[in-house]
Amino acid sequence: MTDISMSDPAVTGKTAPPAEARSVRLPTQWLGVAPFFIFAIMFLILPTLYLMLGAFQNDAGEFTLENIVALAQPSIVAAYWISIKVSLASSLIGAFAGLAIAIAIVRGGLPDWIRSATLTFSGVASNFAGVPLAFAFLATLGRLGLATVILNTLFGLNIYAHGFNILSFWGLTLTYVYFQIPLMVVIIVPAIDGLKKEWGEAAATLGATVSQYWRMVVIPVIWPSFLGTVILLFANAFGAIATAYALTGSSLNIVPILLYAQIRGDVLHNAHLGYAIAFGMILITGLANVFYIWFRTRSERWLK
Amino acid sequence: MKAGRFWAWVVFALGAAYFFIPLIATVEFSMRMRRGAYSFDAYKVVLGDARFQATFGYSVLAAVFTIILGVLIVVPAAYWIRLRLPQLRPIVEFITLLPLVIPAIVIVFGYIRMYGSNSPLPFLATDTGTNALLVIGYATLSLPYMYRAVDTGLRTIDVRTLTEAAQILGAGWGTIVTRVILPNVLIAVLSGAFLTFAIVIGEFTMASLLNRPAFGPYLQNIGANRAYEPAALAIIAFAITWGCMSLIQILSRFAPKSANRPN
Repeated sequence: MTDISMSDPAVTGKTAPPAEARSVRLPTQWLGVAPFFIFAIMFLILPTLYLMLGAFQNDAGEFTLENIVALAQPSIVAAYWISIKVSLASSLIGAFAGLAIAIAIVRGGLPDWIRSATLTFSGVASNFAGVPLAFAFLATLGRLGLATVILNTLFGLNIYAHGFNILSFWGLTLTYVYFQIPLMVVIIVPAIDGLKKEWGEAAATLGATVSQYWRMVVIPVIWPSFLGTVILLFANAFGAIATAYALTGSSLNIVPILLYAQIRGDVLHNAHLGYAIAFGMILITGLANVFYIWFRTRSERWLK
Repeated sequence: MKAGRFWAWVVFALGAAYFFIPLIATVEFSMRMRRGAYSFDAYKVVLGDARFQATFGYSVLAAVFTIILGVLIVVPAAYWIRLRLPQLRPIVEFITLLPLVIPAIVIVFGYIRMYGSNSPLPFLATDTGTNALLVIGYATLSLPYMYRAVDTGLRTIDVRTLTEAAQILGAGWGTIVTRVILPNVLIAVLSGAFLTFAIVIGEFTMASLLNRPAFGPYLQNIGANRAYEPAALAIIAFAITWGCMSLIQILSRFAPKSANRPN
């Protein structure tokens, strides 16, 4: 490999001897990536660190654990709990349904156009989130929604009388699944494509049953990317606010909505408690990623 | 295998039902505005609303600036890492994944605290500054998509040979990036751009917390106060997302397929 920087006129200069050139070269090496790093530090890393440090300070700027302890009040714990439940439920349902759809379109022997149509639609639906998604589900499963009305008139099933409410845990989960499934499909299809046909043939030649082939070949190969995607889906749902806010207003007390209210109007009457809530959110999504890395190294070791 | 195909159809049909029923229901609901007959009244009301036009225009502009900012940050960095600093790749990939881990609401909360009127960098003291901060926030959100799109584009061209050839012909770094590298990854950059557009156009959290007159907060406001217009807006938003994704698919047909990459 040739070091092309030596032939670079802008860097070495026409008159500078090589020894001097070396001292000029160092900063220019970094010039191309400097905007990226300055941007990332100023607008991604520092603001996050600022909140994380603020979570451990009181108004006078002294170190304290009071804010973290104050998170234990029932309303905040309840908010975290329902957020975790919604994120976990929607990511698991989304992941398994997405995996089933991905396997169906890649391995199920369906016509080719179904595969490409599903992938295109998944690309659209995974980005169709936020406020409009809430509108769509209100029009479907709200009190006057099409599905609600049809179930009631055709089948005599009044889902609202049976305790269903779009403004509830299951309502929100069902709505989140609308962008979780397609995200899973988009990410997992390449992994399933990566399963070589030869592996199935090899397994069959060695006398493996279909279930053995799945258990000992397919699942171990897909497992890391599947788990990684589940965690991505979890973080995706955990931080989402627009859909929930447009759907339920503030009637469903999830963490992002609590934080939103806190930023807007200091509803908790303690600015540093807001930092602590943000810190808790980062901690949970961060922990999820640590688990992912741990699982992945374990499964990779096992694969060898 | 017959049974397998049967179950594949069942799974596909269930999935299709789950995804199409809300769309059908929304279309149906959006056309119910006139009593007793289906009509496009809700769409007429929405499209004729001055606030719709103003907020939509604002968000389109914000998206355009976001794309420009994203390209300026990502293209030189991704190019330079491929060419000279491959050892930085893991760090940069980690950073570009952070916006998927740190929720948008936390990032914007950090901005509000760090760049307030009394801070050394008072972005929030002026309207222009706040608009800039919104664009910056959007660029942060789009970082994972933009970086991956550009990096994929760079992978399909031989960055090193192109750079050396341009240097032999006497090109400076500015010329190399703008006239050699950028045209070669233009399709990848455009894919990232349309994805960014789809994400930014209806974004609610950041725009709302920075008090910007963007499309997302407008949508939320209509949702809280009207009956049929939200459904019409949902269909419009779906159509915009669909349009962006179709453009990406069309563009990908023109992308170079060969992967003669040196590293």
